[in-house]
Amino acid sequence: MNDATILLRARGLTMRFGGVVALNELDLDVQRGEVLGLLGPNGSGKTTFFNVITGLYAPSAGQVRFADTDLFRASPQQVCRAGIARTFQRSRLCLPLSVFDNLMLGCHIHLDHGLLFNLLRRRRFEAELTRLQRRARELLATFSPALADRLYQPVGAISMIDRRRIEVCRALISDPRLLLLDEPSAGMTHDEADELLADVLRVRAGLGELAIVLIEHEMGLIERVTDRCVVFNYGRKICEGSYRTIAADPWVQEAYLGQG
Amino acid sequence: MAAVPNDLLTVVPRGARPWLPGVLGLAVVAVLLGAFFYAESEWEVGVLLAIAAALGLAAPRVPLLASAETAWRARPRLFAWLALLAALGLIGLFREEHLALLMLATALFHIAACMGLNVQFGYCGVVNFAGAAFFGIGCYTAAMLAGHAALPTALIFVLGGACAALIGCVLLVPVLRTRGHYAALVTLAFGVLFRSFMEVNDTFGGPQGVKLPDMTLFGWALAMPPEWFGLDWSFYVNYALLGLALVAGLFVLLSRLERSWIGLALDVVRLDETAAATFGVQLTRWKIFAFVLGNFLMGVAGAMYAVMIAFVAPSSFTLGDSLILVSIVVLGGVGNQWGLLPAVVIVMLVPEKLQFIQEYRFLLYGLLVIAILLFKPDGLLPRRLRRYGTEEAA
Repeated sequence: MNDATILLRARGLTMRFGGVVALNELDLDVQRGEVLGLLGPNGSGKTTFFNVITGLYAPSAGQVRFADTDLFRASPQQVCRAGIARTFQRSRLCLPLSVFDNLMLGCHIHLDHGLLFNLLRRRRFEAELTRLQRRARELLATFSPALADRLYQPVGAISMIDRRRIEVCRALISDPRLLLLDEPSAGMTHDEADELLADVLRVRAGLGELAIVLIEHEMGLIERVTDRCVVFNYGRKICEGSYRTIAADPWVQEAYLGQG
Repeated sequence: MAAVPNDLLTVVPRGARPWLPGVLGLAVVAVLLGAFFYAESEWEVGVLLAIAAALGLAAPRVPLLASAETAWRARPRLFAWLALLAALGLIGLFREEHLALLMLATALFHIAACMGLNVQFGYCGVVNFAGAAFFGIGCYTAAMLAGHAALPTALIFVLGGACAALIGCVLLVPVLRTRGHYAALVTLAFGVLFRSFMEVNDTFGGPQGVKLPDMTLFGWALAMPPEWFGLDWSFYVNYALLGLALVAGLFVLLSRLERSWIGLALDVVRLDETAAATFGVQLTRWKIFAFVLGNFLMGVAGAMYAVMIAFVAPSSFTLGDSLILVSIVVLGGVGNQWGLLPAVVIVMLVPEKLQFIQEYRFLLYGLLVIAILLFKPDGLLPRRLRRYGTEEAA
């Protein structure tokens, strides 16, 4: 594996909660522009890995490098500025706020928060607003044209499936280099999940080199969209390779697919 | 509250005069308020309150309120100007009434202070139960500077705010490190300490308080009855106008703040710290911003109030007074500046008019809070979804 093509590199990453070892000396690389599937039974450390990478948990030991930045024990804000965006397993949208406001949270680091700009230069503010509204509407329309017309409705009034789409859009609108998707299709039918992922890939095609790490339980989906898979069990990486490789691996079958 | 009807704009039939219900609604409010100031006997006030309550209860059931609201939301600028004109009209109407103008000005300065609380609690979710203390810091700053330094009055107002903001910074570390009940306790303790400190400190007048000299703002003698248009005016008209200018200015400023990226950042900090941090929002920075700005506004309001009543004593800045400020914010609708207007009338002015209530004030607050929590948990005027101003037509 060539160093120049590695976007995220984790070495010996360990996360302990008291006596529980949620991540155990994990080595993991994400290549530039790839779609990496993250598999493993419940409690195997997939979400913990996301939380450690995005700075919500401070890892107990190890190294994390993202492009040229050291992200070991970085704050969530530093991780975001470095170019990593994520969705949450249980949707974390601000329900009383509008769809547009929630998307603008994704843009936060690109917005001008100066007092002068926000309070006095309202003309310029409104020009920027118009631009961002168009952007938000276009992005939403990729996922669902109906949703684009609901830009100014509170997220609380929107269906769970559309909320998933909004959450993915919120992560995408921040222009990340790495996107972490934590079970984006939870609660969706197979067709809806397929559609969502297809939409994500379509947006990605227009963005250039966006790498995606996807936690997903639906095997068909993993097979269709991922370039490479990593399987976790008890906080360790037990297998790595193409979907075919991992599906044929006896360890994986025992741990995950329940065949032994 | 479930889905806020966001498509109110479609309710109004085309071809009708859509501003008419808005003007009507505003007129009803102005007439009620005027009658309220005129009313002298307690039964008159009682009748007015009954009318207002009946209107308030009936309004959601008749389409008038919805269309009035539509009109206000469709032409916010026009109606803000009309509201300002109505307020000026009321001041003109009561130009000789000391008491009515004093009440009006007091209400306005307290609205300004509550706007500060709204920035802290309503926008950013930072609780502050020491509102009266920060208001008091503004009062004392004005009293000390007016008595001992020859500074322009406008500067004194600003310094009142600056002192409140600066002394509030002492609280920053505990406020940032605690949440919910604990943060409430920290600010509560500060409020109690402030009063005790002022009572034992002779430099600041001790329990007897300090008097302020008459002040002049840019050549405008605030303590003298003005001679405008050859009419007789009470000198309190000056303060009512000062209060109105402050509140109107803050309305413009804070509504811009709310409808901006700053307002959005503050909201997100309140609603979901984890999501906010994940998208790069500096939680501490925005909490400090809201806390300092809120305290500054309370200090400015306090400094102006002190100049008006020309006397400052620790007994006006008790825990009870802080709770009154919080209850105005909660009753009006957390985060909605317009809600402060009806709330301040109910919490501050009604007890002033109904003297017999004074004894049972806290009992009534208790009942009011319970009633609000039961029937209107979002306050009288719940906060609306953010609209930035120039939305594309959906």
